[in-house]
Amino acid sequence: MKSKTAAMAIMGLSTLYFLVPIWWLFVGATKSRGDFSSTAPLWFADFNLGQNLHELVSYRDGVFLRWMLNSILYTGGAALLGTVLAAMCGYALAKYRFRGRELIFNIVLGGVLVPATALALPLFLIFSQLNATNTFWSVFLPSLVNPFGVYLARIYATASVPEELLEAARLDGSGEVRTFFKISTKLMFPALVTIFLFHFVAVWNNFLLPLIMLGNERLFPVTLGLYSWNTQVNQLPELRMLVLTGALVSILPLVAAFLLLQRFWRSGLGSGAVK
Amino acid sequence: MKKILSVLLTSTLALTACSSGGDDDTTATTGAASCAPSSGGPVTLNFTSWIPNIEDVVKVWNDSHPNIQVKVQTGPNGNGGTYQNFFNQLKAGNAPDLGQIEYDALPSFRVQDGLENLAACKPVSDAKDQFIDWTWNQVSFGEQNAVYGVPQDAGPMALFYRKDLFEKAGIAIPTTWEEYTAAAEKVKAAGGYITNFSQSDINQFAGLAWQAGGHWFANDGSKWSVNFQDEATTKVATYWQDLITKKLVSTVPPWTTEWDNAYNKGNAWTWVSAVWGANSISSGAPDTSGKWAVAPMPQWTAGGKTAGNWGGSSTAVFKGSKHPYEASEFAIWLNTSQEALTLLNEKANLYPATKSGATLPALSKGVAFYGDQKIYDVFAEASGQVAPDFTWGPTMTSTYATASDGFKAAVSGNGTLIDALKKAQTTTVDNLKSQSIPVAE
Repeated sequence: MKSKTAAMAIMGLSTLYFLVPIWWLFVGATKSRGDFSSTAPLWFADFNLGQNLHELVSYRDGVFLRWMLNSILYTGGAALLGTVLAAMCGYALAKYRFRGRELIFNIVLGGVLVPATALALPLFLIFSQLNATNTFWSVFLPSLVNPFGVYLARIYATASVPEELLEAARLDGSGEVRTFFKISTKLMFPALVTIFLFHFVAVWNNFLLPLIMLGNERLFPVTLGLYSWNTQVNQLPELRMLVLTGALVSILPLVAAFLLLQRFWRSGLGSGAVK
Repeated sequence: MKKILSVLLTSTLALTACSSGGDDDTTATTGAASCAPSSGGPVTLNFTSWIPNIEDVVKVWNDSHPNIQVKVQTGPNGNGGTYQNFFNQLKAGNAPDLGQIEYDALPSFRVQDGLENLAACKPVSDAKDQFIDWTWNQVSFGEQNAVYGVPQDAGPMALFYRKDLFEKAGIAIPTTWEEYTAAAEKVKAAGGYITNFSQSDINQFAGLAWQAGGHWFANDGSKWSVNFQDEATTKVATYWQDLITKKLVSTVPPWTTEWDNAYNKGNAWTWVSAVWGANSISSGAPDTSGKWAVAPMPQWTAGGKTAGNWGGSSTAVFKGSKHPYEASEFAIWLNTSQEALTLLNEKANLYPATKSGATLPALSKGVAFYGDQKIYDVFAEASGQVAPDFTWGPTMTSTYATASDGFKAAVSGNGTLIDALKKAQTTTVDNLKSQSIPVAE
């Protein structure tokens, strides 16, 4: 009993620890600029959220909304397509025997160790050769790659897609591609959600790539846009409230993605553990 | 035979000239020797700047110059990533034609050979006299026949002070640094701090050293010399160390809400800052509207007339730009024309680097936050009193970082400002050497 109370206390403390910054952000975003520096940081002053939101979406012809849309396209699009690619690749590595299979897998696995940050500059130089920097594709294409997803997909495909089922499908005359999309993906679904979420977060947080690639404000993801504003606060202090409110709005898609997908994720992790 | 040879020679020359116009060309040497208008056809220029709302200013140019269209690219401020991007782009050969570079970062681009020398560009050489002398030195580094950017804005320094508090406490406004210390003691007795010493704004400290006649860097054409311990700098460091030791100044981290609050609540009574600081106070300390005023910086000798500078940037043309002439034409318009300067001031609070800039209508009016004082008159005067021969070094980012670490330690009682400068000296020299930049010792 005693240990349970202690555990709850620790859990409570860590919950508090993680939630306080978000609470601070929320409270901060509801204040006017004057109140923000002069009133208590963790409690409300005059409720100004509506006003702040209005300023945020109308500043510079609504460039913030454009950034949100970009972020969703970059992350959502890349995560969706990247998950399909990773699933196909992992599945092929798990289910087909061919020469060099282990070599390819090991190379992919090595890719997990290379941080995305280290690749940003070489990618910039490559895209420069192609005259393709400062375009949507310069951020989108590199974001499709997800070696960790391939690894997960292979492990999961080995564990959850029975050989016999594939044999049966072949005997019934289903082509390999059809078998993959109609049968295997269904079996791998929980793993795919996990891969999707990991990929989504990774692309969302990959800040350096757009920072290096993009110069056109209209192509920025929301992270880069808010960061740029934040560096201009000294010059244009009214941006401070926009940065705060923008930061609050920008975490909503992440929260939504997690809330919507967490039940799949949990079942994915759980069933993987049992096998 | 001779004729054929010369034809051959000219054609090879023409070929090299053509090929040097290629895309991946970073080594084009359009030095000070040539800068002619492009022949025929409209020209498109890329311009990277993080000035808020710069697009609105550029639009005015684009509307009236159909043959020279400028495309704006933006990003975070220089040290926030844009400088690194410039270096990457120079390496990849796709740097923009023009870029915003602060004075203290200009030398690092110069030593990497990333800047076009604009001395031969007529729009630039014609406009020289319009700029305040010291700003021109910031972009020419004192070299003969060299201009590596067009001065954009300046940050002449003055003393912001709480008029109401000084009057109430019956303290005279300090005109010398000696009086400033005396005032600091009285302010402490009245329950406040005379100012907040910034532990991370090394360029503010540089401004203070600049006023005192310090010289941190010098370049004799072949070697750099580094000196953070000259007499003037040591004097300034000893002075502030004394205030810190006696706890006459507060030391909250600058640019935080805590710091804003210190000014908003009247805990800090003065701030020795640049012209753009006027806006930092009015936005950070909104409850104190009408209670501030501006006076010239305290002097080292009674009756002296010197000022420091904090901040300021230039518009530079990058090496490899195919249209240096048009680029310089735009840069001059951006930084000298009445309409552009007015817009830059209105949209981004820039204080012009030109002599006539001080007469902009927006800068000749009283400011309500400062009790309707015409504060910009004080800054215009200060701008004319900034010493012309202060040079920045090519490794300021790392210098700032080291000095700032030392300053942070000093305000919490570990070591002194002098120690911090000593450390900055060694790391800066090491840093220059590691980049194979020749250093005189």
